[in-house]
Amino acid sequence: MISRYEVFETNKMIQEANLDVRTITMGINLLDCADSDINKLNDKIYDKITRNAANLVSVGEDISKEFGVPIVNKRISVTPISLVGGTIDTTGFVSIAKTLDKAAKEVGVNFIGGYSALVQKGSTKGDINLVRSIPEALTVTERVCSSVNVGTSKNGINMNAVKKMGEIIKEMAFMTKDKGSIACAKFVVFCNAVGDNPFMAGAFHGVGERDLVINVGVSGPGVVKRALENVRGADFETLCETVKRTAFKITRVGQLVAQETSKRMGIPFGIIDLSLAPTPAVGDSIAEIFNEMGLERAGAPGTTAALAILNDNVKKGGIMASSYVGGLSGAFIPVSEDHGMIEAAEMGALTLEKLEAMTCVCSVGLDMIAIPGSTSAETISGIIADEMAIGMINNKTTAVRIIPVIGKEVGDSVEFGGLLGYAPIMPVNKYSCEAFIKRGGRIPAPVHSFKN
Amino acid sequence: MKGIITVIGKDSVGIIAKICTYLAEKNMNILDISQTIISGYFNMMMIVDASGNLNEFENTVEELKKIGEEIGVDIRLQSEEIFNSMHRI
Repeated sequence: MISRYEVFETNKMIQEANLDVRTITMGINLLDCADSDINKLNDKIYDKITRNAANLVSVGEDISKEFGVPIVNKRISVTPISLVGGTIDTTGFVSIAKTLDKAAKEVGVNFIGGYSALVQKGSTKGDINLVRSIPEALTVTERVCSSVNVGTSKNGINMNAVKKMGEIIKEMAFMTKDKGSIACAKFVVFCNAVGDNPFMAGAFHGVGERDLVINVGVSGPGVVKRALENVRGADFETLCETVKRTAFKITRVGQLVAQETSKRMGIPFGIIDLSLAPTPAVGDSIAEIFNEMGLERAGAPGTTAALAILNDNVKKGGIMASSYVGGLSGAFIPVSEDHGMIEAAEMGALTLEKLEAMTCVCSVGLDMIAIPGSTSAETISGIIADEMAIGMINNKTTAVRIIPVIGKEVGDSVEFGGLLGYAPIMPVNKYSCEAFIKRGGRIPAPVHSFKN
Repeated sequence: MKGIITVIGKDSVGIIAKICTYLAEKNMNILDISQTIISGYFNMMMIVDASGNLNEFENTVEELKKIGEEIGVDIRLQSEEIFNSMHRI
């Protein structure tokens, strides 16, 4: 029988250390909605989403009450829209974005991901039209998230697409300049994107997935931090064991919620994403874990090692706790969504270069970083190219979600609101990479991709 | 299905009586109960059989929370499953 100590331990995690299930994300295949008539296509998309996800939010709320654990977000991911609307022009794509936004509002989810294209080796007409439409689509909608995969370890990097990404990021920054260039916060560039990631803004329903699926993202940086408070000064073996045990417990809650959601909705369970995702709240921060490990500030020497330990042990603990692990699984380091990272960036302890090094060992990449609005499109493409190269060579997912905030310079800050938080404008290396980016073409697949 | 009720708050007369009366009305049997008082703070855990009111479980969670607010303690009812999942392999 469950002991009182165990009951109070769980409830302490929930009440004092912000243990929560970060998201239940329902994946919906839209390939069967394809139609060359844009009106019919929009109707089919709206119907399929609202029909299948009608009770997603209420089921999530019931489960949250029954187990007494918060389920923060309920979201939807759909098939990359460039595949669904292969014959559609740029204006047509924007209307699909509006349909997705409307469907998201109808079912009550706060984000819908999958306004995406996979162009790692080249672009189809549909891909090109979708990419062109992204700045407008993210400006006129509220809840739609977009991503473009521009490289893989198996295919190399599409540098034409990388160049284009810099241009559209600048374009959407201008189009939403009155709102802190917020459109850029809903757009991610990926290398090795995964089709079962439940976290926004990069979620989409992969092509190898079934028609409908439930994926769950767990979280709990605060719980890990609390656990580490009890082993201050202990050696690395103890440190790693503590992270591992805590990750196991957190993931078990995610697994339970995933199975229950799957059962109640009659939709198969896909994966658990074992990610530690911070929020701007105090006590829900990855940077606080670094402090607890013994670093004065995030960004101090030792930060990359600390992140590697955290990431690896979250996986080791989580893998046994869930029957299917997938998605991104690791620690996220979004600057604007983590008050400890924000402070470290403000005082200059954490730089863009250090963040880049950290992305070699964390689950994703340069995430929610605000840079001066005057940064050129080529420089943004250069930052993306570096990050994509790290992903390609190291066989891992990397991503860039960067916000050139129009009208702001180093020393200013920008407020995105809600879970997206606020961020100081971080300095960017001033030297040009224009000639490099303008070369165009593809970077061939790396030598270790030839495994057949 | 079993539910776990935890009550934490400042001690006063009749906390258990109030909760037990409510549970009896809801046809929920108490299987186990343990309670301590640590420096004036009431700390209780109860295991109850909730198979009698499965459809109303979420309502019961809300109503117990309200009773807690009335008498100035924090009352939580949760499915036993979350604790089994976390602490038992």
